[in-house]
Amino acid sequence: MSTAGVSVRGEPAVRFYEAAIGKKIVMAVTGFILFGYVLVHLLGNLQIYLGPEQINAYARFLHSTPLLLWGARVVLLAAVILHITASVQLWLLNRRARPVSYVMEKDPPAGYASRTMLWSGPIIGAFVVFHILHLTTGSVGLPYRELDPYHNMVYGFRIWPVSLSYILAMVLLAMHLYHGLWSMFQTVGVHHPRYTPWLKRLAAAFAIFIGAGNISIPVAVLAGWVRE
Amino acid sequence: MRIVLYIWRQPHRDAPGRMVRYEVAKVNPDMSFLEMLDVLNEELMNRGEDPVAFDHDCREGICGSCGFMINGVAHGPLPGTTVCQLHMRHFRDGDVLYLEPWRARAFPVIKDLVVDRSAFDRIIAAGGYISVNTGSAPDGNAILIPKEIAERAMDAAACIGCGACVAACPNASASLFVGAKIAHLGLLPQGQPERYRRALNMVAQMTQEGFGSCTNIGACEAVCPKNIKLEVIARMNRDFLVASWRARREARVEGFG
Ligand code: FES
Repeated sequence: MSTAGVSVRGEPAVRFYEAAIGKKIVMAVTGFILFGYVLVHLLGNLQIYLGPEQINAYARFLHSTPLLLWGARVVLLAAVILHITASVQLWLLNRRARPVSYVMEKDPPAGYASRTMLWSGPIIGAFVVFHILHLTTGSVGLPYRELDPYHNMVYGFRIWPVSLSYILAMVLLAMHLYHGLWSMFQTVGVHHPRYTPWLKRLAAAFAIFIGAGNISIPVAVLAGWVRE
Repeated sequence: MRIVLYIWRQPHRDAPGRMVRYEVAKVNPDMSFLEMLDVLNEELMNRGEDPVAFDHDCREGICGSCGFMINGVAHGPLPGTTVCQLHMRHFRDGDVLYLEPWRARAFPVIKDLVVDRSAFDRIIAAGGYISVNTGSAPDGNAILIPKEIAERAMDAAACIGCGACVAACPNASASLFVGAKIAHLGLLPQGQPERYRRALNMVAQMTQEGFGSCTNIGACEAVCPKNIKLEVIARMNRDFLVASWRARREARVEGFG
């Protein structure tokens, strides 16, 4: 094929990531991985309702295969790093794209969730760090017993400020997931006038399931439904 | 009717600008918005002042020359309408309107409400050519195109390149414009041979021009005078994704040459 005027230059992988769309696709794919993890994580958490034996056995099972555990951790860490790097780069790009703002600003039509991605992201990030220190490494001074998640959750969530921070973080996570979940389809090029509205509903359903499912645990502990 | 205007006045590219208050006392509701500005400019010239510069050409809503923000909305309050086709009957006596130029790093202000949109021209140029047989005129309908495809291509081709999408986008992204151009040719059989190279090159040029990225807000779709849909952005993303994948394979094949 003749290439005058339509020559394609540069290393493909570099060129892919150079474009804003490439960064967004990286965010979509890593976001999907993280969503998948959050979903599995919730299914694990919900076993608290089946009693201490069940959920503690699940925890021991996860820790019995270090290869799987560390494999998952490495993949998740890589996904988180890529997700955050791309989002910061896009944020900087977008800020630079309009150096002079309007005197009369109109709110864009999209909902609350899409406009809050930017600050819900960092807050969720900070929460994840706290959460890992609290329930994975047990290094924030809250009640912690190795491989006894039942005990750790019950004693942790009895302290209401801890519960409150978990609940708020989950509300933000649900909003973040709602926008992210349907947005990732648009980003990788799936859009259909008939199915996209359904996709949005499905995204809302998943977001609510994850938010409400996780929130139910501290609520159940505070209400005394789940106790030692 | 009487209209109060606050208009961005900026003598040239590098000069600072500011909002200046004007009043147009006798506005006829049947005037178009631009005709109202013509009246204002006539008054300004009679007073020996510099008239307000704004872009316009066809005044029929088809050329894409006109466009500025009216109270923070690109092309003003009427959906699916360019500002030249917006009539004063949609406003009320005594309305206060803020007129501002499109704001984007890629669209520097030239004067008052006029911005430099040559970034769009360079994106189109980066798209390159399509391969067609030259010589005698081809038979009509020699290439059959399903009606559904023809209509979707036409919907995308309706883009007049006015830049309202960039102006409305919180990120000053040109995704709706570039998406429309990529969808327009990418849907048609005539556009297939260069389809993926075109997507790669137009997207690369868009990045180079300093436009922001799409965050799926939909502000562009809401103000587009030609009702271009967000669907074209998804299509652009898809073509870009496929093109990047193919380029990777091509680079491997050609890489040792
Ligand atoms: S002047 Fe041509 S579209 Fe408005």
